[in-house]
This record gives sequence, structure tokens and C-alpha cells, in this order.
Amino acid sequence: MTHHVVDARYLLCPLPVIRTQQAVAKLAPGDTVEVCATDPGALHDIPTWCRIHGHEVLATRQDETEVRITVRINRA
Amino acid sequence: MLAARVMLDHGIHVEGINFYTGFCVEGHTQAIRREARAKPKRNNALWVAEQLGIKLHIVDVIEEYKDVVINPKHGYGANLNPCLDCKGFMVRKAREWMEANRFDFIVTGEVLGQRPMSQRRDTMPVVARESGAFDRLLRPLCAKLLPPTLPEREGWVTREGLFDFNGRSRKPQMALAEHFGLTDYAQPAGGCCFLTNAQYSHKLTDLWQARGERRYELEDILLLKVGRHLRPRPHFKLIVARDDGENNFLLGFRDRYTQVFVTSHPGPLALIDGEPNAEDLHLAARLTARFGQGREAERVAVDITDRTGRTQTLDVAPLPADQVPAAWYL
Repeated sequence: MTHHVVDARYLLCPLPVIRTQQAVAKLAPGDTVEVCATDPGALHDIPTWCRIHGHEVLATRQDETEVRITVRINRA
Repeated sequence: MLAARVMLDHGIHVEGINFYTGFCVEGHTQAIRREARAKPKRNNALWVAEQLGIKLHIVDVIEEYKDVVINPKHGYGANLNPCLDCKGFMVRKAREWMEANRFDFIVTGEVLGQRPMSQRRDTMPVVARESGAFDRLLRPLCAKLLPPTLPEREGWVTREGLFDFNGRSRKPQMALAEHFGLTDYAQPAGGCCFLTNAQYSHKLTDLWQARGERRYELEDILLLKVGRHLRPRPHFKLIVARDDGENNFLLGFRDRYTQVFVTSHPGPLALIDGEPNAEDLHLAARLTARFGQGREAERVAVDITDRTGRTQTLDVAPLPADQVPAAWYL
């Protein structure tokens, strides 16, 4: 099980989702990805993408300038 | 959404593809602006996929799409929208995805006569032909008005279960949506692409003119969506944040552009795109001060930091509104 960080800061929707999708495609079930974004839309889009594809959102965090979403990869 | 829903009714396994060109407008593209943060935010393609219970693949076509924007074989619409080339390109990419993922045919929500460039009786076959999809391209909402496609001939779908929608009215689609119990859907009348927007197209044209060539990078077209853009001189323009959200967004680009920031009063961050000289920097400082809370002050302090991180502080008088010609606004 490995943990990966995706830097999607200063990208606008849907690029944070695309970067997440690209990272997940290279990982194995059980691995985790932490996505860091400045577009607050990522806070809605990435969990939606996870629901559609069967992955699990472990945590979301938002402060004044950034959002962070941690995802555990399940078998598609 | 409707076309996919019709296919699901036929028992077809459907997966969605959403191509990201860099010019796509999403309801929350402006969410970086503080005032927009209270509004509902969703990516429509993701939302639709979840409503329909299908997978969605968002595909980055930013690099390949440049040629569509810069050299459209079929020309532009009212602005810099290369609609027919764009449709052919996207169906071609869908065909490539279909072949790579062993799917059988492509479905689009096109309606005959609905759009002035890409959905005419004479241009719809162009899309099928130039994309290489040919009769593997099914348009369920108007299929009865078109020659039978492979999925119909093979019996994968029944022609009777398809539709004959025609023209610009959205009423038949709305009635079908109601039939399916779909009450919430994206605005049906286009507006999903910044290239159809006159102001955005003007800013992109300005960018090309200033560079002396028709090219762009993703960063350029993202920045065209953010802030006020003013070009006081041919060789530089100013991108001025409109609120804290845009200030924060523009901060991410500060190592690639000269930045201007009023330090004596609350105000916006501005980036300079171009190669300003000392006189230009003075003008940029005065112009940036014009958009801050110190606009009525006699003097304001402005920090200007270049791409190497070297900062100089200027003491300037904010530019009065009547000295900012309307032509500077892009």
C-alpha cells in the first residue's frame, strides 16, 4: 500500500479530477492519493468522481486557500 | 444526458466521455471568486453520470485541441468557436476511445437543425465522416430523420425506440426529460464553451496579436478566465484580481510574471504579461492602485516584484477613472 500526493493547485475544474484520474490509473487497490487543489470545486467533483468509480474518500479538508482530499483506491 | 438515458432504456451499457479542451465553462469555474463560493457548485458531466448511474471518463485533449482552435478547416462561428471542427475532433477522439476500450458505437445528443454550424442536415454527415466513426455514430434524439446506423441494422437498438427531434426548440427534449423523471439538468442552450463568448474571444485575439503569432499554452487560457485584463500598451497587459479568491489564484503564477501589489492600502494583486520598462511599471502601479481601496488617496505605496523575486517599492498617485480609456479593457 502506498500513499501518493497529487498537486493540482492553481488548476481549474475539471483538471484536478483529471490529475486524480491519471494518478489512480497507475495505482493498485488499497493505495491512497491525497489531492491538493486551490479550486474549491474539487471538493465536490473529486468525491463525485470517486462515487462513480467506486473509490472511497477518506478525508476532506478545506482552509482559506486550499482543499485536500484523500482517496483510497478500490478495485474498479 | 437524454441520449445516454435513451440508450440505457435499450439495455445498452453506456459510459460517458467528457473532453476537456481548456475552454470548457463549468458552473463553478468562477468558484475561485469569493462571491461565487456560496452558490451551488458541480461539474455537470460528473453530476449527469452519477444521476444516470454510469461511469464517466474525463479526457484531457488540451494539446491536440490547439490545432482545432488555431487552424479550423471549416472556420469559426460568430466568435472564435470552431464548432464543426470541434465536433468532428471530439467524435474522432470518442472513436479512438471506443476502439481502445472495445466498445461498439458512439452516442451523441445532437439534434438535427439545433445548432447553426455542426447540427445541420449537411454538416452532420461531415462529423460522421471526418471523425472516422461513420455509421458507428448514433444520434438517438434525431436518428429517425437520418439513415439507419450500424447499431440499428445489427438490432442492438430498435429504430422505433429512437426519436425524430428537429429544430431549435427544446420542448421535445424537455418533454422526454419529464417522461424519464429528469427535472434537474444543465441549461440546454449551449454556453458551455468560452470560445463562443465574445469577450473571451476578444481577449484571446489580443493575446495572439500581442505575441505576433497564433499560439497559446494552457496557462494563457486559464488566465483569460480570471481577473480584469487591461492593455495600456501594445507590449504589456495587466491582469488585475477582482477579489481575494482571484488574488489567491493569481499568486500561483507569481514566479512567471511580474507582480504588482499595493501595500499601503487593501487592494488587488495584478500580474504583468509582457516586457514592461520602468515607465510602464510606473503606469502599472498607478493602474493597479486604481482598483484598490486607496484609489482616492493622494499617494499609495506599490510593491513590484519581477520574475527573479527582486522587489522595488514605488510611491504613486492612483490613476483617476477618467484617465483609463475604455479601449484598455479587454
